[in-house]
Amino acid sequence: MTTTAVLPDDKLGPLLHRITGDEKHTPSAYSTLDVLWVLYDRVLRISPQTVDAPDRDRFLLSKGHGPAAYYAVLAAKGFFPEEWLDDLGGWDSPLGHHPDRVRIPGVEVGTGSLGHGLGLSIGVALGLRAQGFTRTRTFVLLGDAELDEGSNHEGIAYAAATHLPITAIVIDNQSSTHGWPGGIAARFPGWDTSVVSGRDRDRLERVLKPRHDRPNLIVATVERKGS
Amino acid sequence: MMRETFIATTTELLDDDPRTALVLADISAEPFAPARRRHPERVLNVGIREQLMASVAGGLALTGLRPYLHSYAPFAVDRAYEQLKLDLGHQDAGAVVVTIGGSYDASAEGYTHQSPGDVALLDTLEGWTVHVPGHHDEVPPMLREAARHDDRVYVRLGLQENDRAYPDAGRLLVLRRGGPLVVAVGPMLDPVLEATAGLDVTVAYTNRPRPLDADGLRALTEGEVILVEPYLAGTSAAAVSAALEGLPHRALHLGVGRAEVRRYGTWRDHARAHGLDAPGLRASIVDFLG
Repeated sequence: MTTTAVLPDDKLGPLLHRITGDEKHTPSAYSTLDVLWVLYDRVLRISPQTVDAPDRDRFLLSKGHGPAAYYAVLAAKGFFPEEWLDDLGGWDSPLGHHPDRVRIPGVEVGTGSLGHGLGLSIGVALGLRAQGFTRTRTFVLLGDAELDEGSNHEGIAYAAATHLPITAIVIDNQSSTHGWPGGIAARFPGWDTSVVSGRDRDRLERVLKPRHDRPNLIVATVERKGS
Repeated sequence: MMRETFIATTTELLDDDPRTALVLADISAEPFAPARRRHPERVLNVGIREQLMASVAGGLALTGLRPYLHSYAPFAVDRAYEQLKLDLGHQDAGAVVVTIGGSYDASAEGYTHQSPGDVALLDTLEGWTVHVPGHHDEVPPMLREAARHDDRVYVRLGLQENDRAYPDAGRLLVLRRGGPLVVAVGPMLDPVLEATAGLDVTVAYTNRPRPLDADGLRALTEGEVILVEPYLAGTSAAAVSAALEGLPHRALHLGVGRAEVRRYGTWRDHARAHGLDAPGLRASIVDFLG
């Protein structure tokens, strides 16, 4: 695994170490880290002061597994105290191995069971549209193995049919047992799609920033899981 | 009639209250077409996708809307159970789930379209209010009341109806005073009244079995209690037992049997097969009371 020049932000490494107690793994071991940082640093219109604003941008972490990078980014951006990172999964800790929206400021949905976030994000986007929040954007992040769950495919088809302007990011670390021959983007007919390096922050920013008038898929490829 | 009443009342709610949203999965899409034309952004038909229907409802609720969702009970509850559990309950969000079909209204369609276990499934989850109307005139206030808060509400519509409506029967409503208590839930009232004609029993009615009126049950029970429910027999056993904790009592729970009835016919045939017609109920009640 290459560990060079991945993390210019000196802050995230120590935060991740606080969560995991693991000094060996560099931040690049976290498949979602760069996407999450670009979202919260450069794209999303949300801050600790606007976590309840009706017109805030929404980010839903559907892939609730392995939320260390998510917690590190939220702490770095001040959504909750960094001290919370020291007791992941503890009885008195708001931070579990899967995030709970009721416990953590800035977390939009509680996830963990795979295949729920896309449908929820579609409902969120429809609710915002119905209330006239046309500037508000909705993002959802999934994993390539999470696409195994059939519920995703209900959402993929419906979002395309209704030209719903949501942005889905699939982190592809090739962890799906049977893979996606022909590519992940081929499973999203009717969506705008792009495939980019999940480590190239500038490139990620360029594909995440523009608004689309129909659903938009970004496949962010990272190192194969376990490599 | 209940389904038509639901469509009319929900259409009015959509017209009157901009917070109301409706999510469909093809079932009843056509009668809601006028509402959908007037409110295309709040009347949503996701196609034959019940998991998505429930997840979308959760997302709508998170933005402050009040979603109603609707399908046959087996699809809205049995199939989408984890979505109800996680995309509503775990998110601390609510919705109004309105189903048709119940235990055996879809008698000729077969077991795939039947959900005797819907209320039992919801009993495993936190915070669901369950309405089981016994007459179509009982339906509108249930739906309108549900529009005024954000809790989780289930409304179980059916073909079988009682002769008259009791709009205010959330708590146990005593319709006949006598000896041992017989509680009839929703459309079980008329068969219970017929079955107990001439028997020395108290008959009480409720169309809101959850939360069960524990105080009423405790006040009315004098040793023997019989629950008659139009879904899985024994669904309310735990709630009755909790309500009567510490009180010596004998209980009989009548409802739909667990064994699949692999026959078609009408809902009346299935009611008879499950012992939920008047003669069947009378036989069970007389046998229990001895």
